Amino acid sequence: MGLLSKKDAKLITDPLTDNNPITIQVLGICSALAITAELKASLVMGIAVLFVLGVGNVVISLMRNIIPSKIRIIVQLIVVASLVIIVDQVLKAYAFELSKTLSVFIGLIITNCIIMGRFEAFALGNGPWRSFLDGIGNALGYAVILIIVGFFRELLGSGSLFGFPVLGDAIEKTGVYSIGYENNGFMLMPPMALIIVGLIIWVQRSRNKDLIED
Amino acid sequence: MAVNTDKNSYTILFAIAMVVVVGSLLAFTASSLRPNIEENERMEKQQNILYAMGINGNEGTSDITFISTAEVAEAFSTKVSEQIVLEYKDGQIIQEMTREEYMEANNKQEPYLIDVKKQQTRTKEGKSRFLPLFKGATKDGDTVYVAPIRGKGLWDAIWGYIALDKNMVVKGAFFDHAGETPGLGANIKQRYFMDDFEGEHLLSESGAFKGINVAKGNNDPRNDRKEDHAVDALAGATITGDGISDMIRNDLKLYLPYFKNLKTN
Repeated sequence: MGLLSKKDAKLITDPLTDNNPITIQVLGICSALAITAELKASLVMGIAVLFVLGVGNVVISLMRNIIPSKIRIIVQLIVVASLVIIVDQVLKAYAFELSKTLSVFIGLIITNCIIMGRFEAFALGNGPWRSFLDGIGNALGYAVILIIVGFFRELLGSGSLFGFPVLGDAIEKTGVYSIGYENNGFMLMPPMALIIVGLIIWVQRSRNKDLIED
Repeated sequence: MAVNTDKNSYTILFAIAMVVVVGSLLAFTASSLRPNIEENERMEKQQNILYAMGINGNEGTSDITFISTAEVAEAFSTKVSEQIVLEYKDGQIIQEMTREEYMEANNKQEPYLIDVKKQQTRTKEGKSRFLPLFKGATKDGDTVYVAPIRGKGLWDAIWGYIALDKNMVVKGAFFDHAGETPGLGANIKQRYFMDDFEGEHLLSESGAFKGINVAKGNNDPRNDRKEDHAVDALAGATITGDGISDMIRNDLKLYLPYFKNLKTN
């Protein structure tokens, strides 16, 4: 990456691998369980968090020297909540269809612990540009896990990807269903997201022993 | 200039300034965008009603496609032949109003903008309640009556529009929600769920109101049995599905006297 110094590039690449917000920091689990029953929702949530975390980190970083430490959490909460509400209002006025798709994610974004976690751990102590990169990196790390989980849950639970039936028609018994394959309805339940995240953590830690805690 | 951000006075001033700035920012955004948002919501209601009537852009097995916003106003005024408002109290319809009569009595409010939630609270308070009904024709020319329904899902409100023929057989359904779980309860807004309601009977053979159950273990994925008062439930969306059954039962039952009357005439 010619644009970014090595140190800055690490801000983006680290959360994708060895410092992933979901599998290593174990943040943002709640929304990872809630919305990964289909791939499209995972993708939409990933993009929404990418936006909010990128912009929110910059705003908090710009304000970092004037925020009173006693009420910093409330200030962070207000920043993320108003950011999300303003975006929602603008979308409702000018991109109504899109806002309908996103509406259910609004509450989930505000309460996403990754956002508060990055404000608190990074943006309060670093400049706007580095905070922006950190926000983008963590949001991408979050999105990657969401998409992996969403891929398996939708494929095995509904036999489709992005709503497109890749395994054939379950009702008319075409494709793999003709030889007796059945969708696993259990994959649509939230606990299965936890199990897939657990499998990802397992794979990740067996490849990189440094990540294993005592 | 270094400020001592730990002082109490600074903290209080900062909090006040923050509230004022954020509050006015939000208020400004909300009030400047309100006309646009209201217009969008108005068109959405028209699109939903037309969707339930089968006036929509669906092709084959496509996702739900509404009639375009450019065409919706004209389609709504031509395809919906009558907007009827029924005044309901204690199991009876005490008055039947045309659109003009209703608008005359209620500050020029269009019947399709009647807030079902407000009307439901009026019943709880023991007052009479307005039931809107939209008469129109499907693509095939059959006369249908579209009624709005509203209820509770798992997290938030769910609502919909049901198109019925004069025997209270469902001709089309549209459901929407405010915040059901994507991939689970949110799937009530998918065509494969809505389309299942087509042809289902609300009344039993004897003419009593039975409703439609969103039932687990219905074991009828193609929905071949139209008179069993049940459609297949969605996996992982039990409470949302129960909410659908409830709102169909609670809200559509009120229209029963009107449809009975329609049949005898």
